[in-house]
Amino acid sequence: MIKIKNLQVSIDEKDILKGIDLEIPKGEVHAIMGRNGSGKSTLANAIAGNEKYEVKNGSIHMNNIDITEMSVENRALSGIFVCFQYPVAIPGVSMAYFLRASINAHFEHQGKEEMDAVEFLNKSKKILNELNLDDSFLKRSINDGFSGGEKKKSEILQLLCLNPKFAILDETDSGLDIDALKTVANGVNKFNSKDNSTLIITHYERLLQYINPDVVHVMVDGKIKKSGDMSLAKEIEKKGYSWLLK
Amino acid sequence: MIDKNQKIIDKNLDQEYKYGFTTNIEQIKFEPGLDENVIRKLSNIKNEPKWLLNWRLKAYKNWKKMKEPTWANIHYGPIDYQALSYYAAPKIKSRKNLDEVDPEILDTYNKLGISLNEQKRLEGVGVAVDAIFDSVSITTTFKDELAKQGVLFCSFSEAVIEYPDLVKKYLGSVIPYTDNYFAALNSAVFSDGSFVYIPKNVKCPMELSTYFRMNASNTGQFERTLIIADEGSEVSYLEGCTAPMRDENQLHAACVELIAHEDATIKYSTIQNWYAGDKNGKGGIYNFVTKRGICAGDRSKISWTQVETGSAITWKYPSVILKGNDSIGEFYSVAVTKNKQQADTGTKMIHIGKNTKSTIISKGISAGEGQNTYRGGVKILKNAENARNFSQCDSILIGDKCGAHTFPYIDVKNQTAKMEHEASTSSIGEDQLFYCNQRGIKLDNAVSMIVNGFCKEVFEELPMEFAVEAKQLIEVTLENSVG
Repeated sequence: MIKIKNLQVSIDEKDILKGIDLEIPKGEVHAIMGRNGSGKSTLANAIAGNEKYEVKNGSIHMNNIDITEMSVENRALSGIFVCFQYPVAIPGVSMAYFLRASINAHFEHQGKEEMDAVEFLNKSKKILNELNLDDSFLKRSINDGFSGGEKKKSEILQLLCLNPKFAILDETDSGLDIDALKTVANGVNKFNSKDNSTLIITHYERLLQYINPDVVHVMVDGKIKKSGDMSLAKEIEKKGYSWLLK
Repeated sequence: MIDKNQKIIDKNLDQEYKYGFTTNIEQIKFEPGLDENVIRKLSNIKNEPKWLLNWRLKAYKNWKKMKEPTWANIHYGPIDYQALSYYAAPKIKSRKNLDEVDPEILDTYNKLGISLNEQKRLEGVGVAVDAIFDSVSITTTFKDELAKQGVLFCSFSEAVIEYPDLVKKYLGSVIPYTDNYFAALNSAVFSDGSFVYIPKNVKCPMELSTYFRMNASNTGQFERTLIIADEGSEVSYLEGCTAPMRDENQLHAACVELIAHEDATIKYSTIQNWYAGDKNGKGGIYNFVTKRGICAGDRSKISWTQVETGSAITWKYPSVILKGNDSIGEFYSVAVTKNKQQADTGTKMIHIGKNTKSTIISKGISAGEGQNTYRGGVKILKNAENARNFSQCDSILIGDKCGAHTFPYIDVKNQTAKMEHEASTSSIGEDQLFYCNQRGIKLDNAVSMIVNGFCKEVFEELPMEFAVEAKQLIEVTLENSVG
């Protein structure tokens, strides 16, 4: 599904990613753990194609297509989705309007008819219900005045509505209480299937307990230092990151 | 990113103005120049009563003593008032019958999407139109139907003849000819405009609107609109404006006076789309407009909503004098400047009565090299107990060559006043665009989505049909303005 080779990325001439190699096959869930500033979010942004992040070297392939130079929008339309850590507010634009515009942009790209309003409402209301969100959520301006938990749930709502091929969850667990964390984890588990792949970026092993990734990677100073299974996440939870810094 | 922005902005600037065509018709037009004789001739052509001619002449004398204001944040070369023609009108036999109107003119309005044909009225959604072409009104639709309810809706010239008492009583009562340079000029040479009178306790059964079309070259358009809402009445009025693309600048200096008596409500909406000039700032309308309403009676309400997308220069401050106790004044504005457009616009709320309340919501959008200034004054006089004002001025910048400026003036003479002021300026966020793009939404769609969201509070104030038009206008105006 996703194949990243020797990816080197800088922001404002500062090198952040120093050669990432990562392969996530179809149907697998991988997790990347690491301290603050180790480059985890940079990786998410680089995969999404954010122009603030300059790719100095290396490549990103999705389903054997080189997407390293592809526009943000085309990457999104090819099936890449990011659940952002701090999704930006767009005052005056309702969640429903935004979500429908987004779904229909994907439909148009896939040569499908626009999703009509009734179908959209039925679909989104079902998901809202699963995320313990009220229907009125759709009327609110996107991310405008949302609580931390609502922002994360809004991202999961979009994930489930768009059903992408490859999802990146950038610290989707941060700032959530235990109930919200479970709700979000359930959402992610609902999304995961043999036909898609997921990359979970997190500091803590907490979310991973509910999602159970196939592979856990540890990022240190812009590189993947160690990879393993869930036991690696548990070890980090117990010992912290310092033993990996040597 | 910036280079790419610029490229796409440049591409956008080549876009055609949709309403820039010219209508070729026979016309009567004064030779350029302005003196007392021109005013006499103008008054004569309109069969005006003596008092009105005298009023014009007094205004003219006053204007000659005045100086063009320089305090606004706009820059333009000197205007040669002697090089303009002060009257241009298509040759029409009669205003009464639409069949006798030049088909070229009817075609013009059709092209602009304005139906002057009453039969074309959609079920339930009637909009009565006064169509003003250069210096004269072509026709006013639904007049008879409105008259059944006692609503008077006609051209200003017609009102002068038909309802001289009302005109005499109210003309200049809100904007005296001494008010400012452009109001004085307008008072001297105004040609036509709309007149509305809503009788006591009548809720006007349809939207009233005036469509202004400037066609003739080297002409100034000076229209005068007067709306009187008698006790307990209600009216919603809309004006739209377009003009052909011409290389020279055209002057438009209008006056609009609103009078709301006890318990009356006037809602006045404007969609201004005059020709804005080309990408180098050549041509375009100079729009110097004085609009003011008075809430004369208790519990009266005046609400201004404006969407300003056109004109090379916009100088305009629709204001409300809150004289009646418990009266309400509102100002909702979206002003867009792109290319080299300049807008200095805002409002004045003057609180005189007790428990008066005003709301100001201003949204400025600047793209290209556009300069957008909000200038607003809130005055609470000594006897205005418990006056309240809420002001919110937000600006959004698209690209890095444009500018947004805010000049709020607050003058409070009564301690019980409650004032709130909020202001923000932001660039159209790259983060917002990235977020939309990451969801598969194309750049142009993302921009119009973000801008429409930004303007939402104002668009919500527009009558339904026009809110849609305003949204589309903004979308077309800002197409390709970011990269």
